[in-house]
Amino acid sequence: MQRNQPAPLLEVDNLHCHFFTLDGVVRAVDGVSFSLQRGETLGIVGESGCGKSVTAMSILRLLPKGLGRIVDGSVKLEGRELTTLGDADMRSMRGHQVSMIFQEPMTSLNPVLTVGLQIAENVERHLNVGRKAAMERAVEMLRLVKIPDAERRVNDYPHQFSGGMRQRVMIAIALSCNPQVLIADEPTTALDVTIQAQILDLMLELKQKLNTAIIMITHDLGVIAETAQRVLVMYAGRKVEEAPVVELFQRPLHPYTQGLMRARPRLDVEAEEQGRRPRLQEIQGMVPALNRPILGCAFAPRCGYATDRCRSEAPGLTEPVPGHLVACWEATKIAGMGHA
Amino acid sequence: MASITLAGDAEPRPGALARLVTFTRRNPTIVIGGLLMLALAGLALAAPYITSDPLKMNPRMRFRLPGEQFWFGTDQFGRDVYARTIWGTRVSLVVGLSVAALASVLGLIVGLLCGFYKAVDGVVMRVMDGIMAIPSILLAIALITLTRPGLPIVIVAIVIPEIPRVVRLVRSVVLSLRAQPYIEAAIAGGTKTPKLLLRHIVPNTLAPLIVQATYVCASAILTEAGLSFLGVGVPPEIPSWGNIIAQGRSFFQIAPWSILIPGIFLAIMVLAVNMLGDGLRDRLDPRLARRM
Amino acid sequence: MTAPVLEVENLQKHFPIHKGLLRRQAGSVRAVDGVSFAVRAGETLGLVGESGCGKSTVGRAVLKLIDPTGGRILLDGEDVTELNAAGMWARRRRAQIVFQDPYSSLNPRLSAGAIVGEPLENYGLASGREKTNRVAKLFERVGLRADFMRKFPHEFSGGQRQRLGIARALSVGPALIVADEPVSALDVSVQAQVLNLLIDLQEELGLGYLFISHDLAVMRHISHRIAVMYLGRIVELADKRALFTRPLHPYTEALLSAAPIPDPTRQRKKLVLQGDVPSPANPPKGCHFHTRCPYAIARCKVEDPVLREALPGHQVACLRREAGPDALPLPA
Repeated sequence: MQRNQPAPLLEVDNLHCHFFTLDGVVRAVDGVSFSLQRGETLGIVGESGCGKSVTAMSILRLLPKGLGRIVDGSVKLEGRELTTLGDADMRSMRGHQVSMIFQEPMTSLNPVLTVGLQIAENVERHLNVGRKAAMERAVEMLRLVKIPDAERRVNDYPHQFSGGMRQRVMIAIALSCNPQVLIADEPTTALDVTIQAQILDLMLELKQKLNTAIIMITHDLGVIAETAQRVLVMYAGRKVEEAPVVELFQRPLHPYTQGLMRARPRLDVEAEEQGRRPRLQEIQGMVPALNRPILGCAFAPRCGYATDRCRSEAPGLTEPVPGHLVACWEATKIAGMGHA
Repeated sequence: MASITLAGDAEPRPGALARLVTFTRRNPTIVIGGLLMLALAGLALAAPYITSDPLKMNPRMRFRLPGEQFWFGTDQFGRDVYARTIWGTRVSLVVGLSVAALASVLGLIVGLLCGFYKAVDGVVMRVMDGIMAIPSILLAIALITLTRPGLPIVIVAIVIPEIPRVVRLVRSVVLSLRAQPYIEAAIAGGTKTPKLLLRHIVPNTLAPLIVQATYVCASAILTEAGLSFLGVGVPPEIPSWGNIIAQGRSFFQIAPWSILIPGIFLAIMVLAVNMLGDGLRDRLDPRLARRM
Repeated sequence: MTAPVLEVENLQKHFPIHKGLLRRQAGSVRAVDGVSFAVRAGETLGLVGESGCGKSTVGRAVLKLIDPTGGRILLDGEDVTELNAAGMWARRRRAQIVFQDPYSSLNPRLSAGAIVGEPLENYGLASGREKTNRVAKLFERVGLRADFMRKFPHEFSGGQRQRLGIARALSVGPALIVADEPVSALDVSVQAQVLNLLIDLQEELGLGYLFISHDLAVMRHISHRIAVMYLGRIVELADKRALFTRPLHPYTEALLSAAPIPDPTRQRKKLVLQGDVPSPANPPKGCHFHTRCPYAIARCKVEDPVLREALPGHQVACLRREAGPDALPLPA
């Protein structure tokens, strides 16, 4: 991957995050590495509990104190190590160089402050400007995220906005200090389809305009296909596959990625055969518990290709196709058979 | 995310002692509060066997210091403060437990009806608001002065102002339970109202109700002590921490122990009940902390 | 063609809005505003729409879990609209419901076996050993081991809980199942398991499904016919194939083009709707959709469109389609 490319903007290397719970140590992120280039959109996809959100939270060091912690690995932004940064430096980093938007636009905004003030606070804190300039910036940001009548609405409270509009406000706050990286954690999951389309369109348009790199975290392969340039597939805290988006969808190499793609009914394909609804291809079983060490490949118990080796030895990442990483002992065999 | 467990997996069962140790480490307040309450209950039950007559006056033994013969000293009539304090434990426990039980049962019934039937709700909740508007100690004094003093009437007088608090809690739990899909599912599955209440609603109100009962218990113990101190509680011939303190009040400088010792017992008992309640709250329903 | 297990005519449900100290009624939310459809045995009718369109209210109203404000509901050809609780009790066996949230739809204090066996008990269908056997059969039918009967809901995964909900619904032998977003809370790999189970059961038992969802891909997979709802009304009702290949209502067209498709090479011309869904407490006059419709004309703001057949078996409520199915440009 690192051939003749400019130094990456964000580099996550061998990240391990553990949660120390009453049920034991939960290995939420178990050795994940990836890099993010300037202006790139990286998709992270996986099902609930796969560690995709924890990965994002640990970049910003937002893991719940006393419960979760980065136990190993490094996160570098423009070569600067974030895992050992002091708390004050980290605070000035959050919302400035790296900012984040969340799934719930209802609970991520403070209900007793006007949206203008919430944008302005972020601007004041990071850009060292006065209230007046910050409020002007707030209006400018609301206009940028296409909230109609921005001059007036800047004085409105969050409850006066609809779900989609609140997510626009969240985006306005996140982008108000021109961050280099925007982490979007399921930004459209709580929204209706027609509103989701609006928000995704807006995010792509703003990315073009501002050249912000985006980490798009979602469980929805459709959202990934429409937004990401490169995709990371996670399973049980580990990265199982990484590839450019077209490559991944045309030639998924990991059995889990293949399973995910086949398990989902297709909206664009007429699936009926002789008037009968076909069966979806299930992935048998369920996600393993993360509070016990996993021997071998985490997906092996659910995998149709699994061998004894898969059950005893964890596969490392290989690159059977240039630019396409996969963690599977059987990947070359699967690639050779072609994708049905 | 932190509690991913594989359904269908059998965990090896740890031994009874190991489980007890884990339980204590996770819920120290329940264990400490519970043990204190057990100790106090043991004292109360054993009172006739471990003490002398708490009413026996002995003018020659007035104002004796705590020591070999009288562990907690004697009061102005030469009565044994140790015996009186231990017997007083009985009154406090009886009042606390019966008020908690009565308020819970009555509150549960009224709360269920209010939460389930809109017509009842409108009327009954206004009555409850009315009762809550009267200061509870004044209501108790009024009730007691109207009747003959005695333990039962003290209990009734303390129960009445406690009921609205329980009703409100039960009603709010029932209202939120009614919106749960599993209640709708039970109705769709043909469950009739009495069974719906008994099987699906009441068991789910018990956890918050038990927690509330401990707080009612603690406040009842304090109220009883207060009423007895004011002379409107249990009659003086029954020793209660409140009337022991009231009687020792005039001789505080000569015999401080006759006030301090029942006071300490009172504080320990209320603390124990509250610890038990807090521990149960965290254990049974962490979300409840917000509702109270 | 089989007889309908559920017929709904002009169903309405209005929720009153109370305001002020005296809680005077200040208006009403027309959650469901005149909806008609039928579900036949062995058929899945999909009810699709965005949040607040009234689709879940329809699901609850047809089972009389909430009382409809107006209209008629026929279960197995019998009018149940006016039945009281006791009368409805006798008919509930024929129509069951599966909920969205696999966590809150099971009583956490009852064992899995008790949850699934409760309806059997209620209707006196089985008790004691016989009940245990029937419950065990139901467990196996939905793909759970019979010895899971003694476990409690929190010991099951989301997908397994949804299977329990399905077993409970099946226990009394219904003809109709209202499935209210049954897979929306599940992960993709588990969704497939539950959808397959629902299809298998339907083919085996000839169940009619009223399948409520916002997910168009799931709809396309499981439904035979689909009704699209917007602000309390059905705007289009058609055979699945017709609806997906040739949507006649502009809102359906927008929904289809807004859904993200897992194919990065596909370049689509998107019809991205502007603005938000208006409040159902104060819906726009005329066609409810005219505020967001790219094809709206002056007439749409004043006149209510009626759901009528534009093509055989293809109903649409759009004034601009009145001249015929080709009156508007169809999506490419």
